[in-house]
Amino acid sequence: MITVKNLRKTFHTLNGDLDVLNGINQNIEKGEKVVIVGPSGSGKSTFLRCLNLLEQPTNGEVWFEGTQINVPDCNINQLRQKMGMVFQHFNLFPHLTVLQNITLAPVTLKLKTQQEAEQGAMQLLERIGLADKAKAYPVQLSGGQKQRIAIVRALAMNPDVMLFDEPTSALDPEMVGEVLQVMKELAAEGMTMVVVTHEMGFAREVATRVLFMDNGQVLEEAEPQEFFEHPKNARLQDFLSKVL
Amino acid sequence: MNSLLAAIPLSYFSEFPQKFYDAFIEKNRYQYIVDGLGNTLKITFFAIIIGIVLGTIVALIKTAHTDNPKKLRISNAICTFYLTVIRGTPIIVQLMIMWYIVFQWSTNRIAAAILAFGINSGAYVAEIIRGGIQSVDKGQVEAGRSLGLNQRDTMVKIVFPQALKNVLPAIGNEFIALVKETSVAGYIAIQDLTKGGDTIRSITYDAFTPLLAVAAIYLLIVVGLTTLLGKLERRLHRSDYR
Repeated sequence: MITVKNLRKTFHTLNGDLDVLNGINQNIEKGEKVVIVGPSGSGKSTFLRCLNLLEQPTNGEVWFEGTQINVPDCNINQLRQKMGMVFQHFNLFPHLTVLQNITLAPVTLKLKTQQEAEQGAMQLLERIGLADKAKAYPVQLSGGQKQRIAIVRALAMNPDVMLFDEPTSALDPEMVGEVLQVMKELAAEGMTMVVVTHEMGFAREVATRVLFMDNGQVLEEAEPQEFFEHPKNARLQDFLSKVL
Repeated sequence: MNSLLAAIPLSYFSEFPQKFYDAFIEKNRYQYIVDGLGNTLKITFFAIIIGIVLGTIVALIKTAHTDNPKKLRISNAICTFYLTVIRGTPIIVQLMIMWYIVFQWSTNRIAAAILAFGINSGAYVAEIIRGGIQSVDKGQVEAGRSLGLNQRDTMVKIVFPQALKNVLPAIGNEFIALVKETSVAGYIAIQDLTKGGDTIRSITYDAFTPLLAVAAIYLLIVVGLTTLLGKLERRLHRSDYR
């Protein structure tokens, strides 16, 4: 579904060039749940953001459903409709109600009428138990509620893949569970997911494959059991000994 | 307060009804004020509209160029030139250039004033709106784009409404300043509110009555405008209440 070939990304900063991604090759199949872990600054978020071109890769190829997306004549807006993204800081639209947050994109892109979109939104909200918040504004919600709404907002576009960029890192500890629960249900329904996270429990439980990134490279990838029980890479062993 | 009162001869108060009659009632002189107010409101209203439209366009061009320096190079250069010249020269000079040079074959003074004040206001509005757009979190754009919205829809539906909310106090400031700035329209012989009061002064040789009336009317306009903006602001801030 998503294929990445020799992906490189260099940021040009005032202190010189910063190589964030140093040649990544990955193939993510439909239905896979890929969890990416690694220390801060290892390039996991940048890698994820390259998948839907929020970051423009410096080099290499990104393919999505048979189309190369990092070429000028690719209609990225069209493809992004099929790639939902959830952000660390939720990024709900503060000037819109919860319902409007969810219906904005499908209605603006003329995929659904306002009425259809609202019906769909209410169904999604009921699933996560927040139907009573439909008329509320984001500022009135807790962090966990905001993130669940953000997930639903992405789901309203019926995406083929969901990208999660540290979805629980900005949450109070007691709110992490409710967000992970929604993600687990999503995984159980067969959604293809790419998740950057520090939640090792989630990786162990949900992932079909775990990647360890450091210095802009994937140093190890394995099924969760193998990954956590028998890490081979020394850097990963060190990382796991600190976080587990 | 004492010194202000001292400047008014005591007899003014006993003579006030007569002064008032001379200034406004005699020979229908109130008409100077009414006509002047009409012109002031006309100039202000259309100048504000031109200012908003021009300012928004310039702000959007400049932000689009900042986001992607390869785009809109020439438009951006024109906008920068416009901002530099307009903000770097006095409004009275701009007004006179508009009337004596640009409008030299026209007789429509009001149109010249509307254009001069509108173009002037646009420069300030542009920078206010640009600041507003930049104040909106980058994550908002990313969220919009990640849902598949194009740059234009993201700007119109997500960034701009939030920017507008942030800049409303500053925009209000600009409009209030504009109302009062139009009082220099008399420089190109427009009978605006200020000029109207001044005309009465030159007829009756009494400065207090007409000029204080003129000041009071400006104050009323500004208070009205402030109230209106306050209402709009409260509506836009609906989403902030917990």
